[in-house]
Amino acid sequence: MSDLQRHGATDHELATVDSERFPVPDPGEPEHLPRLTDIDEAAANRATRQVATMFGLVPILALIFVVCYFAVPKDAVVDFGPLHTPAQHVIFGLTLGLALLLIGTGAIQWARQLMDDHEMVDHRHGAASSNEDREYVITELEKGIDESGITRRKVLGASLLGALGLVALPGVVLLADLGPWPTRKFLERTLETTIWKEGIRLVNDVTYTPIKAEQVQIGQLINAQPENLQDFHGTEFLQEKAKASIIVVRMNPNTIKIPESRKDWHVGGILCYSKICTHVGCPISLWEQQTHHLLCPCHQSTFDLGDSGLVVFGPAARALPQLPITVDAEGYLVARDGFDVPTGPSYFERDSRNDFKRGDN
Amino acid sequence: MRFLTARRRHPAAKALVLVFALLVMGALYSALAPSSKSAADTSTSQQVEEGRALFAVSCASCHGLNGEGQTEGTIQGPPLIGVGAAAVEFQVATGRMPMARPGPQAEVKASEFTEEETLALAAYVASLGPGPAIPEPADYDPAGLSEEEIARGGELFRTNCSACHNFEGAGGALPNGKYAPSLFGVSNLHLFEAMLTGPQQMPVFSNGVLTVDDKRAIIGYLNELHEQPSRGGLALGGLGPVSEGLWAWLAGLGVLVLFAIWIAAKGVKAR
Repeated sequence: MSDLQRHGATDHELATVDSERFPVPDPGEPEHLPRLTDIDEAAANRATRQVATMFGLVPILALIFVVCYFAVPKDAVVDFGPLHTPAQHVIFGLTLGLALLLIGTGAIQWARQLMDDHEMVDHRHGAASSNEDREYVITELEKGIDESGITRRKVLGASLLGALGLVALPGVVLLADLGPWPTRKFLERTLETTIWKEGIRLVNDVTYTPIKAEQVQIGQLINAQPENLQDFHGTEFLQEKAKASIIVVRMNPNTIKIPESRKDWHVGGILCYSKICTHVGCPISLWEQQTHHLLCPCHQSTFDLGDSGLVVFGPAARALPQLPITVDAEGYLVARDGFDVPTGPSYFERDSRNDFKRGDN
Repeated sequence: MRFLTARRRHPAAKALVLVFALLVMGALYSALAPSSKSAADTSTSQQVEEGRALFAVSCASCHGLNGEGQTEGTIQGPPLIGVGAAAVEFQVATGRMPMARPGPQAEVKASEFTEEETLALAAYVASLGPGPAIPEPADYDPAGLSEEEIARGGELFRTNCSACHNFEGAGGALPNGKYAPSLFGVSNLHLFEAMLTGPQQMPVFSNGVLTVDDKRAIIGYLNELHEQPSRGGLALGGLGPVSEGLWAWLAGLGVLVLFAIWIAAKGVKAR
């Protein structure tokens, strides 16, 4: 059976012919049974009344809405059980919501009970045009090409293609100024560096008070920032804060793993890590002081701060960067150096070979 | 010296020597005698004794007879030497200790002890080793904080606490059955002590780093926040997308499904 023939055939005919594709015969449409409202005039009247009542309530609700809009004072409050809401909000929501609901239910009830309910089948027709139409279009197109002379004077077509192609160039070039070019140098200056450097004090976030090493107890967590963050303002402040935020924790140095290469990165068990998750950059400070696990609330990445910030669970792929710290002459915590790897989430050009991996020492 | 020897038989000499000797004795006594604390010490040591007796009955099975802790065997408890009176007051007065049963986390329940007994236990554990003392009301009472200080407390809360305890202190889940408890209805004293001592998985926020004034500001902010009625309708526990999503999926979608069934139903036929 060809495609063209199949277009004309109904499903029922197909089923009888094509027993391989439709082994079970199509039962067809069920017999139409009348509804109560079709045979009982009283039932039909009742349904009519129901629908009309629903539609009739809508203008009343709309009027209540309008009246309450002006009559109910703005600061009136409904205090009912767990509900504490401005009275206007409750009234507006109830009246308008109920009005829309009544229009909808009324319309459906109308269709279900009173409109004709005979089921009908409308077969889809083929999407292709008729053969005459297709042939006509082809001949017209060929006639047009022939009349334009492009087949004889090829330079016309070539120059038009060139014109259309290159006129797009200025538009593409304009895109170049949507942002800075992500060159190696630019990334090194921005994404890959923070304002941490040798001798910068660690200070409490919000209060900017410096942190004395002797005041930090085992099990302590401090959300901290570099002291020089205060020198920045506006957008720059936020950009630097987003990269330089740290958490400082103190653990018993005898119960945690400190690799040989990081022996002098801590002060008596006080360790400092980037606060920015290496997965997609959420700030993390859910630290369990007994397990030493740091949990990211966004996607449950878990880092073991007692083991160089290695990932123990979740989608993060890299260990949390650690900031080497020491104390200055007055006993305050200061950075030994900046971060040795870029903080924050991954990006295409990031060189991840220097990150701390399990088994490094 | 002649001046003295010449007058040694003077009628007033005896009296003067007596006065001089008394003065010397008095000065020696005040310098060498134990300080006046001794009077107060009797009541404290009595409290410690009471605490020791209570401890032996109620706490020693897990924490060891002298608070040295038990790290082996089926019943384990951390050492309590150096945890301080504040930690004991927090754990016992909130009913977390003694634990009802071993589990991932000690739960809040009605306290097993009277206030006096709690203080006795705290005094005994404090005598085992130096640790944070129970704070004074002036430290944790937020009365008299200015609007600015309360706003600052909010900043400190969102920076240090909200990660675990939720942005309005409703608490939150942690791995392996642990959780950060809700801060609603927690007394100011216990808020302060929790920050000071870092109970269970909570980190320590010592007074040397998060100062007493900072802690007071945080407590002031929480009081202010929890006194305000929620004007946004049903708060659903303040849990954000979790409870709101549950509501939308179960109640919202459920009602829509019922409507869809009603719309498509064939309805009653006449035959």
